[in-house]
Amino acid sequence: MGGWDFTLDSHTIPLLQPKKGAAPRYQNGPVQSQMQFPSGYGSHPPNYSAPSGHYSQVPNKAAASSHLDNQYRASYYPTYYSAPAQNVMTPSVGSSVLNTQESQQFYNKTPPHTVGSAEGPIQGAISPVSYLHTSAQQSYSAFGNHYSTSVSSSVTSQGFPLNSDRYTMPVVSSALYPNVSYPAAAGGVYGQAFTSQSLPAVGQFKETTTFSSQSTSVPHSLQQHVPMGYNSTLSTIPSAQSTQDNLSRHLTGSAAKVNNQINTGGVDSPQPMHSVSQTIPFTKPGAGTPASSAVVSSVRTPAPSLSSQPRSSPSVTQSPESALQEGMQYGGYVNNQASSAPAPLSSSSDDEEEDEEDEEAAIDSSSTTSSASPVLNNYDALEGGGYPETRSVTSSPVPAPSVPQTSKASKPFGYGYPTLQPGYQNAAPPAPVQPSNPGHHPGFQHYPQQYPGVNQLSSSLGGLSLQHSQQPESLRPVNLTQDRNILPVSSVPAPVPNLNSDLRKLNCSPDSFRCTLTNIPQTQALLNKAKLPLGLLLHPFRDLTQLPVITSSTIVRCRSCRTYINPFVSFIDQRRWKCNLCYRVNDVPEEFMYNPLTRSYGEPHKRPEVQNSTVEFIASSDYMLRPPQPAVYLFVLDVSHNAVEAGYLTILCQSLLENLDKLPGDSRTRIGFITFDSTVQFYNLQEGLSQPQMLIVSDIDDIFLPTPDSLLVNLHESKELIKDLLNALPNMFTNTRETHSALGPALQAAFKLMSPTGGRISVFQTQLPSLGAGLLHSREDPNQRSSTKVVQHLGPATDFYKKLALDCSGQQTAVDLFLLSSQYSDLASLACMSKYSAGCIYYYPSFHRSHNPAQAEKLQKDLKRYLTRKIGFEAVMRIRCTKGLSIHTFHGNFFVRSTDLLSLANVNPDAGFAVQMSIEESLTDTSLVCFQTALLYTSSKGERRIRVHTLCLPVVSSLADVYAGADVQAVVCLLANMAVDRSVSSSLADARDALVNAVVDSLAAYMSTASNLQQSVLVAPNSLRLFPLYILALLKQKAFRTGTSTRLDDRVYAMCQMKSQPLVHLMKMIHPNLYRIDKLIDESTIHVNDRVVPQPPLQKLSAEKLTREGAFLMDCGSAFYIWIGKNCDNNFIKDVLGYPDYASVPQKMTQLPEGDAPSSERTRSFISWLRDSRPLSPVLQVIKDENPGKTEFFQHLIEDRTEAAFSYYEFLLNIQQQISTYVGRIRSFQLLTLP
Amino acid sequence: MESVVFIFSLIDNCALIFLSVYFIITLSDLECDYINARSCCSKLNKWVVPEVVGHAVVTVLMLISLHWFIFLLNLPVATWNIYRYIMVPSGNMGVFDPTEIHNRGQLKSHMKEAMIKLGFHLLCFFMYLYSMILALIND
Repeated sequence: MGGWDFTLDSHTIPLLQPKKGAAPRYQNGPVQSQMQFPSGYGSHPPNYSAPSGHYSQVPNKAAASSHLDNQYRASYYPTYYSAPAQNVMTPSVGSSVLNTQESQQFYNKTPPHTVGSAEGPIQGAISPVSYLHTSAQQSYSAFGNHYSTSVSSSVTSQGFPLNSDRYTMPVVSSALYPNVSYPAAAGGVYGQAFTSQSLPAVGQFKETTTFSSQSTSVPHSLQQHVPMGYNSTLSTIPSAQSTQDNLSRHLTGSAAKVNNQINTGGVDSPQPMHSVSQTIPFTKPGAGTPASSAVVSSVRTPAPSLSSQPRSSPSVTQSPESALQEGMQYGGYVNNQASSAPAPLSSSSDDEEEDEEDEEAAIDSSSTTSSASPVLNNYDALEGGGYPETRSVTSSPVPAPSVPQTSKASKPFGYGYPTLQPGYQNAAPPAPVQPSNPGHHPGFQHYPQQYPGVNQLSSSLGGLSLQHSQQPESLRPVNLTQDRNILPVSSVPAPVPNLNSDLRKLNCSPDSFRCTLTNIPQTQALLNKAKLPLGLLLHPFRDLTQLPVITSSTIVRCRSCRTYINPFVSFIDQRRWKCNLCYRVNDVPEEFMYNPLTRSYGEPHKRPEVQNSTVEFIASSDYMLRPPQPAVYLFVLDVSHNAVEAGYLTILCQSLLENLDKLPGDSRTRIGFITFDSTVQFYNLQEGLSQPQMLIVSDIDDIFLPTPDSLLVNLHESKELIKDLLNALPNMFTNTRETHSALGPALQAAFKLMSPTGGRISVFQTQLPSLGAGLLHSREDPNQRSSTKVVQHLGPATDFYKKLALDCSGQQTAVDLFLLSSQYSDLASLACMSKYSAGCIYYYPSFHRSHNPAQAEKLQKDLKRYLTRKIGFEAVMRIRCTKGLSIHTFHGNFFVRSTDLLSLANVNPDAGFAVQMSIEESLTDTSLVCFQTALLYTSSKGERRIRVHTLCLPVVSSLADVYAGADVQAVVCLLANMAVDRSVSSSLADARDALVNAVVDSLAAYMSTASNLQQSVLVAPNSLRLFPLYILALLKQKAFRTGTSTRLDDRVYAMCQMKSQPLVHLMKMIHPNLYRIDKLIDESTIHVNDRVVPQPPLQKLSAEKLTREGAFLMDCGSAFYIWIGKNCDNNFIKDVLGYPDYASVPQKMTQLPEGDAPSSERTRSFISWLRDSRPLSPVLQVIKDENPGKTEFFQHLIEDRTEAAFSYYEFLLNIQQQISTYVGRIRSFQLLTLP
Repeated sequence: MESVVFIFSLIDNCALIFLSVYFIITLSDLECDYINARSCCSKLNKWVVPEVVGHAVVTVLMLISLHWFIFLLNLPVATWNIYRYIMVPSGNMGVFDPTEIHNRGQLKSHMKEAMIKLGFHLLCFFMYLYSMILALIND
């Protein structure tokens, strides 16, 4: 029957070779075979591990520094440099000369410097000391200076003695070393194997600044020494090209990591190798001048807080206050750039610096460690330990991804899907170097070109290792029928893509961007085998606590595919970058070379755009078709008898009055009102009138605007009139006898009114429109509500609303619908006006202000959020993905204007989107794929902005890996979207079958791959263990259930929500969370903003868990239910509910009293914590056994059997049976086809 | 008489060929983002009925003039056209709906359909041409 064919036409197109953009241009030095290096390596590992222990212990304080420094010098430095000595021979000149010239040009513009290069070391030593605490940069700059000189000398004089000398001076910095230094060193040593000369420096600066100044200086200093010994090797390495990519990737990534380490406790770890790689500094603008640095430092003091914001590593959230400022600050920086761009550069010492840096740049990071090294484990432990901390801070429902446990076992980074590293394993020098370096991953995609054979070999080896040596947690088979406790203790985390850790930290937050498969299958054939849908779930306009906002006159984009520059592009050299979606090589514009954050020049990879996967650009006029529109709000209100009776006007007008000043907008904000019953009434609010004028148009067949100019008025100029109107409106129609509703004509009028500007139309409707254009007839047959067979009329009855929506969308107007009706209102037809104009839909069944206080309260809260939340006007969104993938279906409220352009007249922070993808070309030549959404919108302040999210995922070639990376929540949400489409276009039964088949097919496919499993038991990979449960929950959802009486509007509304809710909210709707709250204890609590929030474990959604002695809280996303057992402890009832005993608890209770008892406090803090995590504050209902709300509550217990539906266990058995027949069929088919 | 039938069929068929080509061009314009979905669909929907009628006329004409083979050849295509037109859901704006044309690969399938029709009409064109010449000679 109706399974989904997840595939569309798949074309087999010959593999694309990545363009060889970065030609071996840089191999100008003598070619040196890589094999030489190992000689140097032999000595390292010991050093390497030794210092690590040492440094990690060191407290992160400057005070401890001096003796450390000694140690540092003693153990660390000499060893390093001794190794390279062999290699130091031919100073590389070619490229460095070039650069010098360049640099000179740049620097010449700048004011002369106080410090000569020769003096560098001395001054450098001094200045950092004095300024250490004031700014990170200072010490940094001092180093730069120092090194520049030292380098030059080292080149000529073999440099080792010199170096050690030099190093005595940075006394101050040594304190810092504990944090980062270790890694750098390692990188330096090993790094030579893969060198590229012109490594772009990476965004460390910015990152580091976030931390105490101490930490910042560290990485830099490290980098700097590293190169010295190596000068000769830098330019010579043959593999330069491929490594370059590699490097640059690392670069981008590493900074984040450094941060993280610091965050998690200031420990350093093996990872640092990355940092090394990246750190290769380029020109440090500020570097040369210790003297000037003092000045800089004063300016910069705010830096730590500022710069911390841009860094948005997925798991770390920052304190909200600092986050708030970020935007402005960025802006500030950027502006600085414009005015003072070249300023910080120093002229005198630069040449040498440049040289040096070039050489340093050559050092690269692909350093390696043996995987067995204790340090690695250490790191993992640290990182793992760090997470809980961050988690406690984030209160988001999807907790920060935690590092998979398995990763500790053997491979340091992720659970090392083998395919990611193979290139190196074989290509790189022998043993010590070999073990996987995280840095390899990013660049990996380029390897196939060079070592195709090797690659294949190693990947197959890798496959073996994956299956046998270690099995990731997500692949652990779970016997579904036996294992009954499959729910996690707290909410289900989003799986973490198996990327190396620096990319992972740069990656987009799973709250904004999730993919159903975090390991992308290589080919469509593999995807088909997995039987899982491939798609993205987006929440692009989510409220963010931290978001880097970038003001820049040129927004750097790929010239062919228009992708925005992002952390996953590779810098081929300082001047060029390679697009990660189409692989085109682009130039880095001049302006991009300057980094406003660090005020340094020549570090394009440190720019915030390249350091954050979620950024916002302030767009220039190129991105406007017309001047940015003002915020325009029009309210279209039903005032027929029905509406007045329900009494929503009072609530609406009240909310509007309260929030009139909080409506997002600027001084141009305009507002207007239209009311309608059988006629349409307009309100003239022109400034200067003594009171609002009502203008009635009764010709609804040919609607016109009576006074087009004065109906939409400036909010600030006419505020008094508007307030008058809002106060008068609720009582104006109290005696109306008009029962008809001319919604269609009112909407046409609204469209006419809005079309010159665009904006938002909010429609409040309480009944079936019965007059004029767009009138509807009741289509629901109440007797069919619980039919198990056919549910009809899920689609619209007329195309009037769709056409209207498209007209509106064309004029940048969105229509939001509030349907507050007690009877059938044909939401299926009405919803079209919002669906295609990118509006949103709210539905309040049986709304009545006094009879249904819960709905009234909900409306009130929803309105508050609705009126004050952020809004973006005249928006368009484009989703791009790596060549080879293509998006074929979109879900959500919008209009697809052209193949990949979504037209969103308005965009709001609560809107989610989903897309389905297919793999059109094999992805065998790449190891990473990226997705980018760019949302261009006009903010309520009249700014044109672009919000860009970029997600990066690995590509895998084995089915097991695909299952390991499955994100069950995303899969279920995407399936829900597909099922809605299916029910409308085909039938509900078909959609239900397809949902079941989705489980059957995928589990059967999994079981057939895991050959060692018994076929008689139902087994799922751990990553998909919740899949059948969620699908069962979907089948019991209002949208898809059959057999239970469901009103058509309820059903359609549930479907609308599935299409437009972001994943977090949708999951709550599908599978509510159940907690037991009568025994909340202080253990297992988290602290949020000084509040103690208890964390009760999740309970199964089954009546067996509801003991009569307990009280339970169910969190359904849009509603909270508190269920009280009959024998519930009277103390709990008294303390928390405020009533003496069970019997006296009222039937309709929607609020908890503020008791002083600890149990009350705990309960309330828990509930408010749950509320804080979602935009629409849910309504709370207390439920007793004989309560009418009881059925509602029990419907959500989806693991239980109902008259019409399976229990969870029965459902599993049913699936198992289907699988066995399915597998049997496959078997017999195979038998037939085998010769 | 026979020749008149085929001359008419030939003219009608030419019109259908032009229509198919027009469909293909418009759809590929949409594919390349030269026009937006809204205008593309409203353009195409205008011509859906003429196409159905044009094809039905030829088919009926063949039935009346008792050219069984050509009639049977045309019948499936004519039926498909009518079926497609009738089965448009009430909420859609026609056979081509701008809100759905980019989803679920509809654009591709429309394109494919237009291609197949073009091929079919070309085939018919030569058949009619041949029959017409034959009829003229016989006359």
